[in-house]
Amino acid sequence: MNMKIINWFRFASPQSFYPLAGRLIPLFWMLALLFGAAGLWVSFFVAPTDAQQGEGYRIIFVHVPASWMSMIIYLAMAFWAGLGLALNTRLSSMMAQALAPTGALMAALSLWTGAFWGKPMWGTWWVWDARLTSELILFFLYIGFIALQSAIDDPRRADKAGAILALIGVVNVPIIYFSVIWWNTLHQGSSINLTRAPSMAQTMLWGMLLMALAFWMYSIAVSLMRLRAIMLERERHTEWVKHALE
Amino acid sequence: MKPRHKRIALIAGGLASLAVAAVFVLKALNSNIALFITPTEVVAGKAPQGKAFRIGGMVKEGSIERQGMAVRFIITDMAKEIPVTYTGILPDLFRDGKGAVVQGRLGSDGLFAASEVLAKHDENYMPPEAQHALDQAQKK
Repeated sequence: MNMKIINWFRFASPQSFYPLAGRLIPLFWMLALLFGAAGLWVSFFVAPTDAQQGEGYRIIFVHVPASWMSMIIYLAMAFWAGLGLALNTRLSSMMAQALAPTGALMAALSLWTGAFWGKPMWGTWWVWDARLTSELILFFLYIGFIALQSAIDDPRRADKAGAILALIGVVNVPIIYFSVIWWNTLHQGSSINLTRAPSMAQTMLWGMLLMALAFWMYSIAVSLMRLRAIMLERERHTEWVKHALE
Repeated sequence: MKPRHKRIALIAGGLASLAVAAVFVLKALNSNIALFITPTEVVAGKAPQGKAFRIGGMVKEGSIERQGMAVRFIITDMAKEIPVTYTGILPDLFRDGKGAVVQGRLGSDGLFAASEVLAKHDENYMPPEAQHALDQAQKK
């Protein structure tokens, strides 16, 4: 085998990941803009009007990707926080810290767009059903994680406390996802899942998937930017930061 | 055992016990988490006595009668039916043959006086033409 083997662990140190992240950020921004433009075009001009809801259904093009991202980012955040707790690696904990605000934004966006849709369609902004309540708890978990981390001055201890909170909160993610199956909820079941064909028109589905990709790329780009700032701040006394800032 | 392995084992053990605890808590809370009960459960006497509760089901086809702001309809789960009265504004998606969740009290006459009516949307999203085609197919 003469394939070049990349030593992935090299990038586990902030020092070598910092320039890599710097090169990746513009790429992810470009992809985010591309998918976002295509997604918005499909959602507003190509996707047909819904038979029941009229034009109001178009909020799903933001609501569903935001909700997905709020759950996926939480899993990623808990994964990195757990890895940092177990292996004491610096970069993992910084990753978790960098993901939290974007996750909180996605959860807030999901709740807010949901309320806007709920008022005309269901007849209420909010109802304490299992899906809505567990998503609200997810939002509080993000806020709690951010608050706890910034309340403790020593970053190593802050990472440990945050990681424990993040790991405990993981229980909530499957509850959000399966809430509409396990209990009677006002929130409808998911239109898309792995076991059967999606119950929505093709072009609507395409719009949603493009928007989901755009949200992915945006989240990665923004988190990497935040990660770079955290790396500089936490390692400000080291040689490599002095070099990087020259 | 290296300290690192010990930590990993601790985290894995902690997560596993947390998952078990969560399952038991959710099982214990099961009936409280449900947003509504079905007409069958109401007829079976599972409705809370003297307290407001929610019933969820389908609005029976052709059962909606309007008199000004007052409306009467039947909510059904295809097995049992509960007649409902309500005065007020109905949500956009409240339709014949579609899902709805009503909150209110059950009178001694078996009539459910709703104070709030919510429409329950299903997970199907389709253009009007497709809906029309589907309706035509069902009529045949």
